[in-house]
This record gives sequence, C-alpha cells and structure tokens, in this order.
Amino acid sequence: MDLVTPGLGLIVWTTLVFLILVFLLGKFAWKPILNAVNSREEAIDQALKQAESARAEMGKLQASNEQLLKEAREEREAIVKEGRAMRDAMIAEAKDAASSEAAKILESARTQIHQEKMAAVTELKNQVAQLAVDMAEKILRTELAQPEVAKANIDRDIKDLNLN
Amino acid sequence: MTGSIAAIGAGLAVIGVGLGIGRIGGQAMVAIARQPEATGKIQTAMLISAAFIEGVGLFGVVVSLLK
Amino acid sequence: MVLRRLLTLFAAFTLPLAGTFASSTEEHHAPAEAVEGHAATAQEAEAEFNLNEMIMHHIADSHGWHILDWNGHAVSIPLPVILWTSNGLVVFSSAEFHHDIEGHHVVAAGGLQFVNKHEKIYYAGTEDKPIDLSITKNVLALLVGAVVLLLIFFSAARYYAKNTNAAPRGLAGFVEPLILFVRDDIARGAIPEKHLNRFVPYLLTLFFFIWVNNLLGLVPFFPGGANLTGNIAVTFVLAVFTLVITNVNGTKDYWMHIVWMPGVPTLLKPILALIELIGVFTKPFSLMIRLFANITAGHILVLSLVSLIFIFESVWISPGSIILTLFTSTLELLVAALQAYVFTMLTAMSFGAAVEEHHHDDHAHAEGHH
Repeated sequence: MDLVTPGLGLIVWTTLVFLILVFLLGKFAWKPILNAVNSREEAIDQALKQAESARAEMGKLQASNEQLLKEAREEREAIVKEGRAMRDAMIAEAKDAASSEAAKILESARTQIHQEKMAAVTELKNQVAQLAVDMAEKILRTELAQPEVAKANIDRDIKDLNLN
Repeated sequence: MTGSIAAIGAGLAVIGVGLGIGRIGGQAMVAIARQPEATGKIQTAMLISAAFIEGVGLFGVVVSLLK
Repeated sequence: MVLRRLLTLFAAFTLPLAGTFASSTEEHHAPAEAVEGHAATAQEAEAEFNLNEMIMHHIADSHGWHILDWNGHAVSIPLPVILWTSNGLVVFSSAEFHHDIEGHHVVAAGGLQFVNKHEKIYYAGTEDKPIDLSITKNVLALLVGAVVLLLIFFSAARYYAKNTNAAPRGLAGFVEPLILFVRDDIARGAIPEKHLNRFVPYLLTLFFFIWVNNLLGLVPFFPGGANLTGNIAVTFVLAVFTLVITNVNGTKDYWMHIVWMPGVPTLLKPILALIELIGVFTKPFSLMIRLFANITAGHILVLSLVSLIFIFESVWISPGSIILTLFTSTLELLVAALQAYVFTMLTAMSFGAAVEEHHHDDHAHAEGHH
C-alpha cells in the first residue's frame, strides 16, 4: 500500500522541479533550438527552391541553345540550297549564252557565206555577161563582115519569131 | 514456498494482457506484411493500443500490490 | 519508421550502459554481503535473505541515500530532513537517525522529538506525522535528473546560438533527431497544426524528463538507481499536469462532447456524459499507473534476477543470473524510452482532443475521442 500512496514531500518537490524545468527548458532550450531548426528548415527549403529554379533556368537555356542550333542548321541548309540553285542557274545561263553565241556565229557565218556566194554569183554573172557581150561582139563582127549570111540569119530568125 | 493470493491475481491479469497484446502484435505483423508502406502508422497505432491494454493489466498488477 | 528511430536511440544508450552491468551485479551483491557479514558479527544462527524487504527498500523512497554496505557498515549519503512541524520548520540531517528505520532512535530537533518508522517521520511516541518535505533519495535523484537535462539541452541550445543554419554536430546532432521525433512523430500527429507550437515545448520537457529519469533509474550506482519515475508521487504529478493542461485548454466543443455528446439519442446522453466525465480522470490516472507500474516492475525484475544468487546461495547460479539481468536491463532500456514515448504520445493526444475542432456534419467519429 505504501508503494501506491503518493508522498506529499515528493509531490511538492516534483511539481516544483518540473515547473522550473518546463520554464527553463522552454525559455532557454526549446525556443532557441526549435527556432534554429525552423530557420534551418526554411533555409533548406529556400535553397531547394532556388536549386529548382536554377535547374528550370538551365533547362530553358538548354532549350534556347537547341533552338539556336536548329536555326543555325536550317540557315546553313538554306545557304547551301541557295548556293546550289545559284550554281545551277549560272551553269544554265552560261550554257544559254554559249549556245546563243554559237548560234550567232553560225548565223553570221551563214550570212557571210551567202554574201560570198552572192558576190561570186554576181561576179560570175558579170563575167558571163561580159563573155556574152564579147562573144556577141565577135559574132556580130563576123556577121557584119558577111552581110548575106547576116541577112539570111536575120531572116531565119525573123521567121522563127512567131509573130502571133 | 510461500506466496500470496495477490500474486495469483497478478498472474491472471497478465494472462489477459498477454493475449491482448499478442493479438495486437500478431495483427500488426499481418498488417505490415500486407502493406509494408504503412509500417510507421501501423507501429504507432500498435504501440498506442498496446499501451492501453497494458494499462488495464497494470491496474490488475497494482491492485495485487495493494496489501 | 517510428520504431526504427526509437531503436536507434536505444542502441545509442545501450552501448555505454552495457558496460555498467558488471558493476550492477557487483553493487547488488553488497546487501547480501552485508547480510552475511552482519550474521557473522552478530553470531546469529542463520541470516535469512529477505528478498521482499531488499526489493522494497530499493524501490521505495528513503531519507538518506544508501550506496553500499562495507564490512557490515552501511555507507550512505545523509540527506537533509525538512519537516513542517507544529513548531514551524525543522531541519536536520538524516544521519542522525543512524540508519534506524524501526522507530527506536529518537532525534531531538527544534524542540521536538522524531523517529523514523519505515522511512516515515513520526513525532516520537505518537502516531502523528509532521509534514515531510525532506530532500529524500528521490528528490535528490530528481534534482540530478534536472541538472542532467539542463546541462544537455543548454549546451545543445548554445551550439545552435553559435552555429546558425549549420548542420547539427556533437550533442546537438544527438538531441536534434530526438526533438524532431517528439515534434513530428508525437505532437504533429496528435495536435492540430494551429495549436502545435503551444504544446511542443511542454511535450519536449515531459518526454525528456521521463526518459532521462527512466534511464538514470537504470544506472545501478549513485547517483542513478533511484526508482524516481517508478514512484507514484512523480507519476501522479505528471498525470495531474496532463489533466490540468488538457482541461484548461478544452474548447467549448471538447466540453460539449463530454457533457452533451451531439449525434446520439437524448436518452443516452446522460449516460455518455457520466462515462466521459469519468474518462476525463481515468485517462490521466492510467497514465500515472502505467508509468509507475512499468518502471517499478522493471526495477523489481532486475533486482529479483540479481537476487537469485542469494536465494540459491550459490555462486554457480551467477552466470545465469547475470545473463538474465543483462537481458532484462536491455529490455528496460527499451521500456524506458517506450514509456516516455507512450506517456508523451497519450498526453499529446489528450491535448489534441481538447483543442480539436470537430466537424459537426459527421459524428460517427465521436466515440473515437475518449
């Protein structure tokens, strides 16, 4: 029975000591410790948040880098394409120019040949006319030397002339 | 051998408590085996229930201490 | 999770204490040696080893702190006896009783005469008792425990004052997980977040007070070994604090649920009110009994196991006795923390129930709050 009967002295002392402990520990231990723990927790939280945002920033940067890279690649391709097109155009132009030049040369050659031919033909005509005139002079001279023959010939010719 | 009836009372109280706490422990094991992810919660609940039952048993033991 | 943390804590405390078990058995040999020595000098035929008396002597409070017996002479620390008598305050040393607890040796002080009958001070020759406010063994142990608590937590607090936002090291590194355990695993689950900061300091003091004193009680030599948290007066005070704080903080809602439980038939309400009103007192009462009985039972168990050697009067039983004592003492380390946890947890739940705001649309949970 003694064991389960609380003694007054110990009750008083326990109450006293426990209250003092609650006060002292609460004021000088729990408060600073809990404050420190809380502020550390907050600091850690903040640091984590910052790390998170930094990571997001990094991600964004990386994305924009990739974008840049992509754009550069596209530009390069466009330039290459343009160059190729230009080259093709130049070749085509050159080809055209060459062929037209060739055609021009051919044409002028042809014209010259024609002109030469015409000149030759004219000269031939002139020579033939000269020859004919000379021949005619010679014939006339002989004819006129023999008036009867000439007359006969003229007559025959007049006869041949069909005056219809 | 000498002893007291009170000791028998204490023993009887302990039988009931033993059965009760044994059951709690066993059931907690089963629960943890089924849901290992809830181990913490189960253990807390187990300790609290065990404390309640143990309290009842201790009443018995304390009563048998009264002499 | 909770258990793992607790187990880590036990491990931390088991290691240094394991070394003291040797001295534990050594220390508890002492009474028996004394008994034998006494028998030899007194030329008595047979000195009976009285287990019951020895154990009761160890777990009860006493004036003067009996440390050991040496050659049949008790070595003890005399403590001040403080009495509030009909003549006012009287103070004298417990040594003046000369270890007499049978009420034979009369001490005259302050114009009055006192005897010590089984550690209770009476006016000599009467059955009247003065009010005894002595610094007894348990009060000294209480003061030692308080000093230990203050030393530990003040130095931890100093660390935090010096190192802002630094990782805890040393003592702070040791106590911080414990503090967080109390705050997060005990208080946070039981008390609504809004009221948490109000109760956490008290719960921390309560937890560490019980735990440290439990552990000091397990240290087998001076200044440990007093059965402080196994003394009903101490657990009574702690339970009264829980009772008072709970009911002082009780909201209208809390009282409503006690005296006029909403959501049950009107006929049942008075009966429930009676049960709930009794429950207001039985909850702290069971806290008181639980801590007292657990710690006292632990002390009795350890002492009984050590006493096996003297009951069988054989040295050959000692290995078994020591192994059993080691096992039990280790178990008691677990119990020391577990009981501190349970007491704090139930107190926190009690506080939580007092300040909780119920949702009035759902009263199915109402019976879960007692």
